[in-house]
Amino acid sequence: MRRFIVVWALALVSPVCLAAGAHKPTDSVYINLSDQASLQRGARTFVNYCLSCHSAAYMRYNRMAKDLGISDSVLKENLMFASDKPGDLMKTNMAEEDAKKWFGVAPPDLTLVARVRKPDWIYTYLRSFYLDEKSPNGWNNTLFENVAMPHVLYSLQGSQRLAGMDPETGKPQFTVVRQGSLSPEEYDTLIRDLTNFLVYLAEPIKLKRHSIGVFVILFLLVFLVLAYLLKKEYWKDVH
Amino acid sequence: MSKFMAWVDERFPATKVWEEHLAKYYAPKNFNFWYYFGSLATVLLVLQILTGIFLTIHYKPDVELAFASVEYIMRDVQWGWLIRYMHTTGASFFFIVIYLHMFRALLYGSHRKPRELIWLIGCVIYVALMAESFMGYLLPWGNMSYWGAQVIISLFTAIPLVGEGLAEWVRGDYVISDATLNRFFAFHVILIPLILAALVFLHIVALHKVGSNNPDGIDIKKNKDAKGVPVDGIPFHPYYTVKDLVGLVVFLILFCLVLFFLPEFFGIFLEKDNFAPASALQTPEDIVPLWYFTPYYSILRANTVNFFWIDAKLWGVIFMGLAIALFFVLPWLDRSPVRSIRYRGFQYKLWLTLFVISFIVLGYLGFKNPDNVDLFLFKNVIWAQIFTIIYFLFFFLLPFYSKSEKTKPVPERVNFK
Repeated sequence: MRRFIVVWALALVSPVCLAAGAHKPTDSVYINLSDQASLQRGARTFVNYCLSCHSAAYMRYNRMAKDLGISDSVLKENLMFASDKPGDLMKTNMAEEDAKKWFGVAPPDLTLVARVRKPDWIYTYLRSFYLDEKSPNGWNNTLFENVAMPHVLYSLQGSQRLAGMDPETGKPQFTVVRQGSLSPEEYDTLIRDLTNFLVYLAEPIKLKRHSIGVFVILFLLVFLVLAYLLKKEYWKDVH
Repeated sequence: MSKFMAWVDERFPATKVWEEHLAKYYAPKNFNFWYYFGSLATVLLVLQILTGIFLTIHYKPDVELAFASVEYIMRDVQWGWLIRYMHTTGASFFFIVIYLHMFRALLYGSHRKPRELIWLIGCVIYVALMAESFMGYLLPWGNMSYWGAQVIISLFTAIPLVGEGLAEWVRGDYVISDATLNRFFAFHVILIPLILAALVFLHIVALHKVGSNNPDGIDIKKNKDAKGVPVDGIPFHPYYTVKDLVGLVVFLILFCLVLFFLPEFFGIFLEKDNFAPASALQTPEDIVPLWYFTPYYSILRANTVNFFWIDAKLWGVIFMGLAIALFFVLPWLDRSPVRSIRYRGFQYKLWLTLFVISFIVLGYLGFKNPDNVDLFLFKNVIWAQIFTIIYFLFFFLLPFYSKSEKTKPVPERVNFK
């Protein structure tokens, strides 16, 4: 009887396992939010390249600086181009109407993009732009076909053409047309740092909630011992 | 102190209430694992109300501001992220606890005579809780909030003649809009919590009138000592207050593991599409209701045939309503001479097992596209049809086998240790 009940208990509380849908294959990226240097490099790439068109309108500059160990002077000199108050939200200077006129759609806010898309998706997306004459801006993307965004980082990555799809992995294969200022390895690291930063940006408290959680669980475990001893003491006269 | 209590007692029955409901409320001494969930549900109700108060301090029920105000809570409000994660995790855990609490009743016959009213009030609480969570889910104004509400409210339109008008009346507009958000906010923070609090009060009053059932399903009041105290009963306080405290701490450990380490719970508690603001132009790839509604969502989508001159879509709505409504008549469908599964026959054990399996499988299928094959052999919709039938058979066969089924003899005293 007892076994019957335990089996039920497990069956009811165990989560429904959700397999990911049959989407396009992505490359996996190693996310490490305790790598502060990587987050700082990612922040630099973000404000230099992404923030010209995209906003991170739910995030404040000074929060980012505090979390990533960036001093006020460094923040103001190197990371603030769209604003001069550290308490400001990270908004782009591009007007939404202009953006719509130029790209067809307004570039989406990126504050939460790493919670909407998976980090692997972002990492793969930013490495999958290729030259395509049929596209209005000359660029296309294997992961996000006919995306309105041009390849903003082409001076770093260089340009590539789509050679075809690998029949085994389903992943695209590219041929280099022109070298960029970074080697392929350096470019991958740049995108990895940027993805790392976007994961941080989507949930800044993630840096701290794990360590707070450890203390909370430890406290509860000690409390559990005391509560159990209390219960045992009271229940010893129940027969 | 005693002088003070005497003063109070002359004016308010404080000591009387304390004794009747705690210090001299005699509960059976053989409560097991399944008896923690009532007190846990009460704790969760309090947690949801308290965290909800703090959220309303910072939240803005306005389509232009709602999404940003939630992110403001997550980033700029001191400990706002903790308050919000407590509320979101609390909502899902509330349903886990309620489902286990209801399952306990089915195991030990807690819904049977003389506890039918407790069960009925409980069923209304369950429906109110569904309304509460459905309306609360619109408030973050994420894209899944928007499209989820769109799909559920459009169900009303399947009802002939009045459907369209009804949907419009619920939305307060022709589409989901600021008017919908504002009224859902009002219902979520005032109307339904008030109803819930009142119903929980009635649920406990009704319980304390007849006394708690127990895993043996026998009446402990039949066997009393010289003082009129049931020999198998122990005062709720301090015995069950200290025991429930242990249960609460174990629960809090599980709760905090999710809260601090997996608040999204693999996209089930917080769906990824809800991190994008509501957009009437961007439909999410798969519109999926919250996990605790997915069994009913499967039943809704299971029927694909028009019959009796009624549209398949309307049948789906009828079946979904019936799937919930049948819980209300359960005490009268069950005619077994014994309450507890410990003394019931094979058929009830079999059908209860099948019922739980169908509930879980239907819940799983609710996340999936009906035309895909995610289990084996058949498309998801075929499996949903099979398990919908099993779900209903649990209720419809119960009156027939429960009366004649061979049961084991019930003991005089409860089993303890």
